[in-house]
Amino acid sequence: MSVKTRTRRDILGTSALRPDAVPKVQGKFAFSSDLWAENMLWGATLRSPHAYARIVSIDTTAAWKIDGVECVLTHEDVPGKPTYGLIASDQPVLARDFVRYMGEPVVLVAGDHPETCRRALAAIKVEYEVLEPLVDPEKSIDLSVPPIHPDGNLIRRQQIIRGDQSLIGEVVVEGNYELGMQDQAFLGTEAALALPDPGGTGVELYVATQWLHEDRGQIAACLNLPEDKVRLVLGGVGGAFGAREDISLQVHSCLLALRTSRPVKMQYSRQESFFGHVHRHPARIWMRHHATKDGRLLRVEARVVMDGGAYASTSSAVLINAVTHVQGPYKCEHATVDGYAVRTNNPPCGAMRGFGVVQACFAHEGQMDKLALACGISPVDIRLINAMETGDRLITGQTILNSAPVAQCIRETAEIPMPPNMTNDTDVLAIPGGSGLTATPSKIRRGIGWGVSIKNLMYSEGFDDFSTARCTVEDGRVSLKFATSEVGQGFVTLAPQIARTVLGLDEVFIETIDTGIGSAGSTSASRQTWMSGGAVNGACKLVATNIIAEVAKMRGLDPSTLQIQGTDIVDLSGNAVESVVAATKGKRFSETYEFHHQPTGELDENGQGDCHTAFAFVAHRAVVDVDPDLGLVKVVQIATAQDVGRVLNPLSLLGQVEGGIAQGLGLAVMEEIIVENGRVRNPSFTDYLLPTALDAPDVIARYVEVPDPYAPLGAKGVGEPPCISVTPAIVAAIRDATGVDLLRVPVRPQDICL
Amino acid sequence: MSLENQSYTLRVNNKSLDVQDAWIGESLLYVLRERLGMPGAKGACEQGECGSCTVLLDGEAVCSCLVLAAAATDADIRTVESIGDGQTLSDVQQAFVESGAVQCGFCTPGLIVAVENLLTHNPRPTEMQVKEALSGNICRCTGYGRIFDAVSVAVARRTGVSQ
Repeated sequence: MSVKTRTRRDILGTSALRPDAVPKVQGKFAFSSDLWAENMLWGATLRSPHAYARIVSIDTTAAWKIDGVECVLTHEDVPGKPTYGLIASDQPVLARDFVRYMGEPVVLVAGDHPETCRRALAAIKVEYEVLEPLVDPEKSIDLSVPPIHPDGNLIRRQQIIRGDQSLIGEVVVEGNYELGMQDQAFLGTEAALALPDPGGTGVELYVATQWLHEDRGQIAACLNLPEDKVRLVLGGVGGAFGAREDISLQVHSCLLALRTSRPVKMQYSRQESFFGHVHRHPARIWMRHHATKDGRLLRVEARVVMDGGAYASTSSAVLINAVTHVQGPYKCEHATVDGYAVRTNNPPCGAMRGFGVVQACFAHEGQMDKLALACGISPVDIRLINAMETGDRLITGQTILNSAPVAQCIRETAEIPMPPNMTNDTDVLAIPGGSGLTATPSKIRRGIGWGVSIKNLMYSEGFDDFSTARCTVEDGRVSLKFATSEVGQGFVTLAPQIARTVLGLDEVFIETIDTGIGSAGSTSASRQTWMSGGAVNGACKLVATNIIAEVAKMRGLDPSTLQIQGTDIVDLSGNAVESVVAATKGKRFSETYEFHHQPTGELDENGQGDCHTAFAFVAHRAVVDVDPDLGLVKVVQIATAQDVGRVLNPLSLLGQVEGGIAQGLGLAVMEEIIVENGRVRNPSFTDYLLPTALDAPDVIARYVEVPDPYAPLGAKGVGEPPCISVTPAIVAAIRDATGVDLLRVPVRPQDICL
Repeated sequence: MSLENQSYTLRVNNKSLDVQDAWIGESLLYVLRERLGMPGAKGACEQGECGSCTVLLDGEAVCSCLVLAAAATDADIRTVESIGDGQTLSDVQQAFVESGAVQCGFCTPGLIVAVENLLTHNPRPTEMQVKEALSGNICRCTGYGRIFDAVSVAVARRTGVSQ
């Protein structure tokens, strides 16, 4: 292909290019929605129009009669476990007695054309007894309404009690913060192609997912098949951001394929996608901060309420992230925290980039600004004097063992030059309101705001989310096998960089990403560079040891005197003994490695315990222009310094930073799924607004490189931190520009100007 | 299938292609992807909001999800598959690869068509002209920074101005 030949080697630290970028720019890369099979049917889903209703009857007779319809399935046709779920198996494959949220799947059809399926869905008659939906999370907490699910209305409560519970600071500030429901809005909607084995003894599923092995377990249980009869292959993934961690159409497509004995493709429309995956938890957070009069944080009080919607998904883990991060990246000895994740008849919520920490951070950063104001010091100084360091204890009692360059992140961000002021020459498209020409330039106000965050990396609470990789070297070529979902983040770029660095070989191929090897865990929690990177690194090092042993044996040398340097095997004096290519000519080496992070523990009833694996930090400074008359905001510049441990690929890293910032901007000023009495009002890209090219701010990024002693490559995960504290930074900047005490995101025009 | 079907011919990438016995309600996006073996254009919103399905219709960039295929029989249709020669990348494609403008890549084919179209009509766009021209193409991964960089790299190469 025509990627320019370069003389440098694409090892760790270089901006190696994506191996899949060439087919992607040509339109040749096969996303899950691009898959096709001979004799294929289309599958479709009938969903509940009600937030809460009892199903009285389901009549599919008319759908069966439509020419081209091959299959209609209800809950009665699920051969195995009737429910699925990531942590609790509480969500029906197809609704049986009740529907608990608008959009819950009720009936499946398979037909010869998408239009045939649409007509079949329209012909199905479901009689509902509509019930009053439970939509107020407080009513789920106080148990004032009957359970809407056999598992009850409270998904989890967790308190954190640490230190002096009656301590009152010289300075006390408090606030009630609220976050709306954000959608991951990946571009490639849910899609899968299911291929049944002859005789219905098994199934192969090509699917866009974040975690092949977790999906496989849940699918096999619902299909009543042994796990080895369910094979998953990663279909091309058009973004994820957390929304592909839960089951959507995986079980449904397999059910239809097994029942019809034909390949079945399912692909959600954008509207269906809004109903077909979990969202970011809306949250209400009260916080009261106690500090000395010179601004030292003493105690945090917080009450956190997260609306999990109708089914649990990862709500219990999201809650733990939120309550354990309420102090932010600041030293704090005393804490009184009460957190609830509740069930309602709102859309189910689960994983989204930042996973509970986004919510906590919006509140604690609002508090830090209030504290700064109350103490008469700057937003930067309040954060610097409280900045956490390695060795500090969290409010859970856990000691931070990772590198923790919080103060350095803040200082480096502060050093980034401010953007130029708006002038008469500023393009109208760059001011609030843009081409609408609504703003009077002389009235526009500029504001500056800060946000700093701490984010846990990997999974928590005793969960061993290991990753597996196999490295095979044959004739000077490397092939890598893993089940790590590539969702756009760039592990397919990083893995070959690792192999080239460790093995001194340049030709690296990635085998099909599927369940034909052990689990890699999920592409989430900023964990794959650490976990799957650790697995690839481990497998490659084992192979490197074998290659050196072979060379040593052939040449009668002591293997401990040899190592791989560049592309050669060298001796103690650095002299090349042989190139690695030559040493592996006609030979084959293969090793599999399972990487586990250091174990974590659970939290006790007082929220004490070493529950998290590792932490990363980041600082953001936002500059905004605001039209106070119409409440319109233009985010001008985001400056950031991120604690990354070590930069493994500068170009990929910048992409993660800029992309995360855009998503955090979306939450700050644009993005919200509007839910009224359980009904989603804006399930489309016309009504759910996403940042466009004109909304993108200038991003100036710096990286703080303090290699982490616990990270296998010294590098921390970088996916989530960029999107976390940028949201409060933008809102702080709007407060600074307008003087309005904004405590809710997204900030809407009426919040500013009315 | 008992849908209302019709056969017609489309002119895509300089080739006349027969569409046999197709439901007349199918969008150009569906026909390109499901009937003519050209999955380069992607569907992501079905409302003309995201630009993932961008193709050229008589030289104008359109969202193929909003075009009825059976009504496009007289049009000259160009898709991402016509950019580059199938082996060599175009300068815009090359710039996207090198600049890190591709992550998940779902928006990429639509963006490639949009940028090629922009540079055809305006070989030296200003920064704001680029942003405005691409504001109908949503990218959820990159935050657009590397995409802007790719466009400036392509412009510089095409106009012979060094970076």
